[in-house]
Amino acid sequence: MYPRSFEYVSPGSLDEATSVLASTEGAKVLAGGMSLLPLMKLRLFSPDVLVDIGRIPGLSSIEDRGDHLAIGAMVSHAATASDSSIAEHAAALATAASWTGDVQVRNQGTTCGSIAHADIAADQPSAALALGATMVAASAGGVREIAASDFFVDTLTTALGPGEILTEVRIPKQGGASAYEKLGRRGGHTDYAVAGAAVWLDVSDGAVSSARVALTGVGAKPTLAEGVAEALIGTDGSDAAIAEASERALEGVTVLDDLFGTVEYKAHLAKVMTRRALQQAVAAAT
Amino acid sequence: MHVSLTVNGQRAVTDVEPRTLLVHLLREELGLTGTHVGCDTSYCGACTVILDGKTVKSCTMLAVQAQGAEVTTIEGLAANGDLHPVQEGFWERHGLQCGFCTPGMIMSAVGLLSENGSPSEGEIRHGLEGNLCRCTGYHNIVRAVEYAAAKMRGEEPPAPEWEEGSA
Repeated sequence: MYPRSFEYVSPGSLDEATSVLASTEGAKVLAGGMSLLPLMKLRLFSPDVLVDIGRIPGLSSIEDRGDHLAIGAMVSHAATASDSSIAEHAAALATAASWTGDVQVRNQGTTCGSIAHADIAADQPSAALALGATMVAASAGGVREIAASDFFVDTLTTALGPGEILTEVRIPKQGGASAYEKLGRRGGHTDYAVAGAAVWLDVSDGAVSSARVALTGVGAKPTLAEGVAEALIGTDGSDAAIAEASERALEGVTVLDDLFGTVEYKAHLAKVMTRRALQQAVAAAT
Repeated sequence: MHVSLTVNGQRAVTDVEPRTLLVHLLREELGLTGTHVGCDTSYCGACTVILDGKTVKSCTMLAVQAQGAEVTTIEGLAANGDLHPVQEGFWERHGLQCGFCTPGMIMSAVGLLSENGSPSEGEIRHGLEGNLCRCTGYHNIVRAVEYAAAKMRGEEPPAPEWEEGSA
């Protein structure tokens, strides 16, 4: 299956890439292509111009910048999954990356690409939300930072403008602990999430002092489950407290059914995954 | 567009449309039809090749993205008439039935063994997650990879199950 014809541009610098995007109608950024190319082959999407950012130097590293980690636009899922600083400071993202796609997809696809594509059942967007990440977007007009909580707008829709490239995801080094749990469409952790939950929390003096919980797979976009965090903060993080807080996972979420589950089933799963992820994070934080 | 890459140790230079997929460059421009097109939706892994040391799905990559890369296909594994240990494993342990998925399955197994020379059964199954086989039920594929892993470590492969206890 061939995609429709398009023009291919392979810029040598970020400035060149953003100026092509600014001056070209119907241009789309190509990174790993693991989401974009299947859509193009099915002809569900046919951009006129592809701007391949794969040859721009400096986009393939994970940097520790003291108070945050920066994941470049061309960092593969496999690299995110196996990086020691991400494992230490952002375990939820490391786990989510290790459960994204399959081996070949993880070798070729990128963490930033998964986040910019914003599939409703992708793993890493929810981890970015729970970890309070900041997205860095470059365009011909300059660079801006977007909080994860403002980034995911709707199904396959983010705050990125047509002329912007997600050049970097920044994860704060904030202490505490994080975890990700999911049920995959092919069972276990394989394939997209039927439902998944990413959590970050901190514990001080025997009580949960702060928490963020994000769901994937159940609604139209990755969503913060603020009710769970609210219910958990101030408790001792016991199994009973976690179970009670997890019951609030779907407050404010419209659960969508799909081929992989009914509304009722997915709502149940979301609570189970929230509970399991919280238990792991509490165990890791204490 | 002009694309030059190295395939199985040989330099290949060709002109392709930007929409040409790597698998079509391999099969149609270079005549290397060992790499198969299966599902064409990035699920089945029949098109798996090794690109700069990593397994990728060549049906989900533009040929122009492979500019300058080193690609190994199933045709590049055997040397001097000797099968690669993974190919030998699939032969010796009956790791195939119809054979359609086999080239991709073998390339993924080669990729797995390059990173982990002593994979457990679970690690083999996890490592081959991106390759679908509709015939075998995977059982003998796992045995084939175990055979290859032992051979590549210089050890005697475990006896085939059909011989165990058959005396």
